[in-house]
Amino acid sequence: MKKKMSLLEVNQVSKYFGVLKALDSVNISVQENTFHGLIGPNGSGKSTLLKAIAGDHYPDEGNIKFNGNDITKDSPEVRAQNGLNLKFQITAIFPELSVYDNILLSLQSPESFWKLVLSKSRTSYHDRIMDTLVRFKLVDRASSLAGELSHGLQQWLEIAMAVIRKPKLLLLDEPTGGMSPEERRTTGELLLPIKKECTLIIVEHDLEWIKDICDNLTVLDQGKVLDDGTVKHIEASQRVKEVYTSRV
Amino acid sequence: MLQIINKISFFKAILHKQGRVIPIVEILLLILLVITPLFVGDYLTVIITRMLILGLLAISFELCWGYSGIMTFGQGLFFGMGGYAVALFANKADFLQLWGVVPIGLIVGACASFLVAWLLLLGKRPPELIFLALGTLTFAYAAERLVAGWYWVGGGNGMSIFEYLRIGSFEVEPGRLFYYIVATILLLVYLACRLLVRSQFGLVLAGTRQNEKRLAFLGYKVQKFKALVFCFAGAIAGLGGSLYAHHEGFIGPGNVGIGISTMAVLYALFGGAGSLIGPIIGVIAIESISFTLSDIDAVRGYWPIILGVILLLVVTFKQDGLLGFVVTQRERIGSFGIIKSTESKSLENLHSLKNEKKDVSS
Ligand SMILES: Nc1ncnc2c1ncn2[C@@H]1O[C@H](COP(=O)(O)OP(=O)(O)OP(=O)(O)O)[C@@H](O)[C@H]1O
Ligand SMILES: [Mg+2]
Repeated sequence: MKKKMSLLEVNQVSKYFGVLKALDSVNISVQENTFHGLIGPNGSGKSTLLKAIAGDHYPDEGNIKFNGNDITKDSPEVRAQNGLNLKFQITAIFPELSVYDNILLSLQSPESFWKLVLSKSRTSYHDRIMDTLVRFKLVDRASSLAGELSHGLQQWLEIAMAVIRKPKLLLLDEPTGGMSPEERRTTGELLLPIKKECTLIIVEHDLEWIKDICDNLTVLDQGKVLDDGTVKHIEASQRVKEVYTSRV
Repeated sequence: MLQIINKISFFKAILHKQGRVIPIVEILLLILLVITPLFVGDYLTVIITRMLILGLLAISFELCWGYSGIMTFGQGLFFGMGGYAVALFANKADFLQLWGVVPIGLIVGACASFLVAWLLLLGKRPPELIFLALGTLTFAYAAERLVAGWYWVGGGNGMSIFEYLRIGSFEVEPGRLFYYIVATILLLVYLACRLLVRSQFGLVLAGTRQNEKRLAFLGYKVQKFKALVFCFAGAIAGLGGSLYAHHEGFIGPGNVGIGISTMAVLYALFGGAGSLIGPIIGVIAIESISFTLSDIDAVRGYWPIILGVILLLVVTFKQDGLLGFVVTQRERIGSFGIIKSTESKSLENLHSLKNEKKDVSS
């Protein structure tokens, strides 16, 4: 069987915050069109790793390859234009814009200055935006201000903003944070169909939830990769069990 | 009394429901713009023309602050440079043509603001608000000192333009014709800005104000966009300055520095930042108040103090300015998609679509 090319390769990445080593020689490889879960106790470096991949900060050591290119030094704008997208742990929607405009803003970002000034594309985007709003159960709230949405809906809005761009790689930092169990289940259902379109890295605390939707898992602990592999492998792993039973 | 208040709030509620207060204000002001000189004498026409020119300065500040989040104390600098440029052309080269004055102002303003933007905005890292404010302030201050000490441009006395602005060989004195020229230019500038801030690009600007960092993660080159707006605003300020110099027949260090830059800030905050019409209202209000106060014998000696207190009160207690009395924050930000017109219809369609899907799944 031919091995699929990996879309993302993180090689020996380390990141220091002062004396704290938040990431310690982390290696991760993510195959195209798979869901990759990232788990670990609080403060183990999950968000730091996602931010390094998206370009929010730059690693002190190691390199990151995306789609075969070294992106270690690229700015976040460049990475975003190349198909990499991050949903931050703390929701970062635009609270004083309508839900609809939030999505339009996300969708129109590749356009040139003049095209934006002349508003050439908003009509042609309409159907696509409405479809996405329906898919993420936001259509009733299309003209509400994003800041007025409940926390759960804001999370969905942010996922919708990312998904509509058809990114190659989507990074979700705790997409179900602050959601009810019912909403979590729905989020899982919303995410599954994305697998056809893009690759996903999800950070989650809830092992039960994440193992249902992910193909592979990486476990971080104190900035180091504790173990990685298929969901089955991680479930059976003794080392992971130790960390999870002793600390979470 | 209570009845009147009830009526007013009822009226306000209707207006707000429509979400269309700004267009009404705009149309009222447009009508005033057209008819005012027909009803007031030459003296007042000249005073009002000056206000309209300052309106260009106010809009230029508003594009930077209210729309792009750039706190600039440099608009006076671009304004003054536009003025000095045309004064030099008039005095040293005897060039007074309107068709040249307008582009000179625009180009000088755009070039000067491009230099400032390049130094302050386009660095490696996005600059802090305070850095921009102090940076532009320093430029304005330096320019003021420079022209005050530079004999060739008149030094501390500034430069007078002794001849009138010309169209061909026809002389345009300050008065009704000058008024309508300025009014037309202001209207065109206003419409261009309106197009800009209501466009999909305006949506990017709205996003910048709310969460600049997030915008970069969507792939926008935020600093470049901001620099573009800054240059556009600089061009408008320069245009204002060039008209100002010809209208007043004078430009001096006081028109290039911190004083006039601060006025630009006050016009916008007083009238209501976050909209284009607010700063225009601010100019008219502030300039009318100071004109009236300086004319009343009883307060002649200390009217600037009264004006200062009024400004302080409004800026402190009514942070959305005079316009905030009639316009909601929501309307100021506005919406940018095409959902407004098609909203109800497409929502209905989608509802039925959703219901069908539900039926299938259950
Ligand atoms: N900007 C920063 N400056 C200093 N220390 C930081 C910074 N960001 C993160 N850290 C530290 O790095 C470590 C890893 O943080 P990180 O946010 O990546 O953890 P996490 O796995 O996402 O945790 P959580 O599950 O709580 O979200 C923590 O000890 C944190 O305090
Ligand atoms: Mg985290």
